[in-house]
Amino acid sequence: MSGCKEEDSRIHSIRTTIRVVPNFPKPGIMFQDITTLLLDPKAFKNTVDLFVERYKQKNISVVAGIEARGFIFGPPIALAIGAKFVPLRKPRKLPGEVISEEYVLEYGTDCLEMHIGAVEPGECALVVDDLIATGGTLCAAMNLLERVGAEVVECACIIEIPELKGRERLKGKPLFTLLESH
Amino acid sequence: MASQDGEDQRLQKIASAIRVIPNFPKPGIMFQDITTLLLDPTAFKDTIDLFVERYRSKDISVVAGIEARGFIFGPPIALAIGAKFVPMRKPNKLPGEVISEEYSLEYGTDKMEMHVGAVRAGERALIIDDLIATGGTLCAAIRLLERVGVEVVECACVIELPELKGRDRLGDRPLFVLVEG
Repeated sequence: MSGCKEEDSRIHSIRTTIRVVPNFPKPGIMFQDITTLLLDPKAFKNTVDLFVERYKQKNISVVAGIEARGFIFGPPIALAIGAKFVPLRKPRKLPGEVISEEYVLEYGTDCLEMHIGAVEPGECALVVDDLIATGGTLCAAMNLLERVGAEVVECACIIEIPELKGRERLKGKPLFTLLESH
Repeated sequence: MASQDGEDQRLQKIASAIRVIPNFPKPGIMFQDITTLLLDPTAFKDTIDLFVERYRSKDISVVAGIEARGFIFGPPIALAIGAKFVPMRKPNKLPGEVISEEYSLEYGTDKMEMHVGAVRAGERALIIDDLIATGGTLCAAIRLLERVGVEVVECACVIELPELKGRDRLGDRPLFVLVEG
């Protein structure tokens, strides 16, 4: 992360507006709640700006956001860099023809879907979610994009939980995060 | 709805970027798919601009977006007008203390939730969703905000399905839409 004073104060505003909710969704989990960040217009703007500054010159034509909190951060980034926004959704939400990618949960599996035709081969893509934990969802998202011939330039999240080693699960692709949570 | 030339062009572009999918989620429903609008950066920007132009001088401090497609349109509007964004969610998604509002579906009921403390009495709010059909979901969102003393200035959607009379269900709460489906 940066040593520049101005960037530090933006990161500080983001860090201090995220709320930790203990024992959600189950005992032992310290849930990183970004809804309180969204209640602070300056902190929310800082969050989007930090990503936009990083990606605006990178020829990215696709911002893929993971349902549902990736839908909050992805579109403002897409709009600012002139890219399309592609929602990656839970099964049976997207109305058109989809491709599906299954991924492993702690118990069982889940599925992520993308509309066919949303992304073209050769496009450069960013994947956005609020947080990376184990990296399973982000990995599924990357697989969907790569299966249709897009190049995933980077995965971008606000928060990383380093102990869960999600970074290692991204098949060598870069991960950019604003904060770590321990 | 809009009447100036530039606006008409933008509205036409938006309308033509929306894809209709027959028989989703069940036979007989013509589903209005906004994902194709999101694939056109100019049309998506125009959509946001049309809302921002309308709301920027209206002293709105809260934009409430209904899960999940309201999460796509609400935040860019909130950012542009300097308002907070408040997600209105299905049950058990929000981690903190919530208030709930039950509403009717065709068969059965569903619930919408908002975090306690997200909004304060006296704030002026906008509610955003991609589409208004029967108005049931929007009504639930209105009730949640009004229960905590917020003034709902307007409901705003990209698409309205007029035959389903959602507008009537909102009573005297104004509704602004860009296109009719």
